[in-house]
Amino acid sequence: MNFSNISDHLSRFCVGIGGAGGLGSNCAVSLARSGVGHLVITDFDIVSETNLNRQYFFGNQVGMVKVDALKYNLNGINPSIKVTVYNKRLVPSLIKEVYDSCDILVEAFDEASEKQMFIETALEAWPGRPLIVGSGIAGFGNNNELKQRDLGENLYVCGDETREVSEENPPMAPRVGIVANMQANLVVDLLMNMNRAQGKIGTGYEKK
Amino acid sequence: MKITLNNRPEKFELNEMTVDKMLKIKKFSFKMRIVKINGVLIKKEQYSSSVIREGDNVQMLYLMSGG
Repeated sequence: MNFSNISDHLSRFCVGIGGAGGLGSNCAVSLARSGVGHLVITDFDIVSETNLNRQYFFGNQVGMVKVDALKYNLNGINPSIKVTVYNKRLVPSLIKEVYDSCDILVEAFDEASEKQMFIETALEAWPGRPLIVGSGIAGFGNNNELKQRDLGENLYVCGDETREVSEENPPMAPRVGIVANMQANLVVDLLMNMNRAQGKIGTGYEKK
Repeated sequence: MKITLNNRPEKFELNEMTVDKMLKIKKFSFKMRIVKINGVLIKKEQYSSSVIREGDNVQMLYLMSGG
């Protein structure tokens, strides 16, 4: 299968990403480059100077609404995909509304409490729909500790599951980028094994 | 009782215990987590009422800030 066959297949699917920070922005960029047809992204934040050490934004975007800046960057990379963004803080009712038609969900929040809320809401609303969590990205080095774990019923986690961010263990571009791309890589893998015609997982985004 | 915790066999003195009790016994440090018993999601409000019994398959995912 060549790249054009792969990206043709990916163009039929919708991926929802919760958060447009280090994990979310970098994961979205890889999925856009791969040709995933529709990305749904939510974040309430604005781009700040301190985001530039790991998130997919540029200096002249500081002060912009994060999801607007990200949508601009994603459209610049791949104009053929659809990007739907919401500049809102997620609560359970909004999660159920905006991500309902996504085939796969990527949890990409910074705060552990937001991760928990997103995951519990998604698992309850859509049991069996693939959900890829990021947990444990802090610091640098230790490549071999970063891994993917399958918890069953289509719940996966990427990261070291050990190191929380702190003053001594800040989030940095290399490790955040690796985990974001582990999430994107798993999305591609799962979508390549999903057949739109045979069995829809979401309520379904259909390519126009 | 014997249970499976994150794919590994574990032994406990008690015959049954709530999720809260297990978290105390195991001294798990991270505050945020996802818990499933036999594939069923146990939300955080249910930790004090959901009971783990002999043979149960418990999956726990620790959530740490950073992203």
